[in-house]
Amino acid sequence: MRTITCRQAVNEALREELARDSRIVMIGEDIGPYGGNFKVTEGLWREFGDARVLDTPISENGICGVGLGLAITGMRPIVEVMFSDFTANAMDQLVNQAAKIRYMSGGQVTPTMVVRTVIGGGRSSAAQHSQSLHAWFMHVPGFKIAIPSTPYDLKGLLKAAVRMDDPVMFFEHKMAYNMQGEVPDGEWLIDFGKADVKRAGDDVTVVATSLMVYRALAAAEKLESEGISVEVVDPRTLIPLDMDTIAASVRKTGRVVIVDEGHVTCGVGAEIAARIAYDCFDYLDAPIERVGTLDVPIPFSPPMENYVVPSEDDIVFAVKKAAR
Amino acid sequence: MAVPDNKLQIEMLRKMMLIRAFEEKIKYLFTRGAMAGFSHLYDGQEAVAVGGCAALTRDDYITSTHRGHGHCIAKGGDVAKMMAEVLGRRTGYCKGKGGSMHIFDASLGILGANGIVAGGLPMGTGAGLKAKLTGSGQVTMCFFGDGTTNQGTFHESLNMAGLWRLPVVYVCENNGYGISVSQARHQAIRDVAVRAEGYGMVGAIADGNDVLDVYEKASAAVERARRGEGPTLLECKTYRYGGHHVGDPGTLYRSNEEVAAWRAKDPIPRMIAHVLDSGVMTRAEVDTLKAEVDAEIEAAAAYSLESPLPEPEEALDDLFIGFRATGREGRGARGGCAAGAGRAECGGAEGRPRA
Repeated sequence: MRTITCRQAVNEALREELARDSRIVMIGEDIGPYGGNFKVTEGLWREFGDARVLDTPISENGICGVGLGLAITGMRPIVEVMFSDFTANAMDQLVNQAAKIRYMSGGQVTPTMVVRTVIGGGRSSAAQHSQSLHAWFMHVPGFKIAIPSTPYDLKGLLKAAVRMDDPVMFFEHKMAYNMQGEVPDGEWLIDFGKADVKRAGDDVTVVATSLMVYRALAAAEKLESEGISVEVVDPRTLIPLDMDTIAASVRKTGRVVIVDEGHVTCGVGAEIAARIAYDCFDYLDAPIERVGTLDVPIPFSPPMENYVVPSEDDIVFAVKKAAR
Repeated sequence: MAVPDNKLQIEMLRKMMLIRAFEEKIKYLFTRGAMAGFSHLYDGQEAVAVGGCAALTRDDYITSTHRGHGHCIAKGGDVAKMMAEVLGRRTGYCKGKGGSMHIFDASLGILGANGIVAGGLPMGTGAGLKAKLTGSGQVTMCFFGDGTTNQGTFHESLNMAGLWRLPVVYVCENNGYGISVSQARHQAIRDVAVRAEGYGMVGAIADGNDVLDVYEKASAAVERARRGEGPTLLECKTYRYGGHHVGDPGTLYRSNEEVAAWRAKDPIPRMIAHVLDSGVMTRAEVDTLKAEVDAEIEAAAAYSLESPLPEPEEALDDLFIGFRATGREGRGARGGCAAGAGRAECGGAEGRPRA
């Protein structure tokens, strides 16, 4: 086993896939010589050139639509949108076009494209560079959605996404890029719709996504010393969502906390909570707890930002509440 | 200068007649309550779609608009499958999922009509990027109206196409109105083509009611594109006879005199006069052509009206590959997986079989 960062995991996946399939074209802002805003695409332009790794003007709606045009004419584009906040600029091409073109055309074409974008607070980037907007895309049928946490999951899911024919929204967390994890040698792919139990436990189930998986694991460590055994389930993909694994855990523990960095209202936690309530109604011993970003825009100044975005302590508090 | 041979001239006249007859039939069916929804008709603008698409080959791409019947017919679309789609039938181009605004024929390079103004431009630009990256020699023609030129994606798309010298022809069919708002009330310029300079591409203006003029200028643009000399913004000045859609009489914002003045420049009689004057066709041949076109449209209407409507549960198909979405409980369809789908495809509310 070797240890790599999440940044390296994404970079390796992109490099290997570009080398494997000449139909893959990456387009996005500053992904070329600059190496990407988060240095995730570093070295790819030097290796593959403009024909495969193409810097675009700052035109998010246009870029996503150009990706769609590539996708329905035989290419396999990977589009980078620098921050998930900027997907707001691209909503027509993503929501009204890419998500619907297969259905509207009666299945004549499938937009084989991956849109990679970056979520998360924690860097004092303020309200327009810190949002976690992945739940928006759960609300619109037409995208598969991945939101991995570890280097192993990022690499395996990104390679699977690139090879998948259906369109994929792929969410990476800016504060996870430096996180390290062990990965095997050789190639691996991870199926969409397969959750991973990151830590086994008996008392409370914590369903956590992306960076929140790390915080949930740290919280579980702390709670262990206080006598509460926490199971951490990482869904890894939201569409499809592996309810079987989540429900199996909840039926075992009877108590559940859902931690996702999107805003609480109408967030991922709301959807998962509703499904747990339906699927596991007779097994629940406590109300379902949700931990997410508070329902205000994300403030700039660190004391306020750290209060608004979920912390390890917030998870500990919610688990104790659920365990009461 | 591109001069169409006799055969092509006759074909262009036939296509214009076919579009006109198609739209007349839709109007008839709509006013008799035979179709759902609404439909934006193309009558009056036929010369733009026909002259533009006559410059393309079968392998080339087009993107279209909410007013898209003309473009699809001009690119070779099957009028029976089109009408069946407009009438919501299972035999339609999109199995009834698209309707008038989303007719699509991947086999003919028709990358969809589009319900969003300017929605097709980025996609068409992407098809142009594909042609450039692969050296396929294909050209993309994006059709859109004057209203589109005020959308952000118009700017984003033409900027990228100019920058990368993409083989795309942007055809603005300037019919003078964005829904009900006249061009004088929606932008400060009269000629959309002047915007070409801002994107480093060639701008040209054609008489959009003269199919030969449109064909000549579109051919020049297509040839430039195929030679690798980049995109063109071709503005075709034309007019729509009806309102914005079938239910809009179009009388609140335009005068009868204005409509009459444009009807006097109708592209179909003009082309008929041309083929008669130049000896390409006789009057009897024109009459026969018209009768054949009418018969084709009658057959398309009969086929469509006889075609079955979709079963409600067919709404659950075609979202993802090998997948059927969850149906409504208590109403028959129970969702679950399409045959052959992997377990992972079935997780979640988007396809969860209920125990």
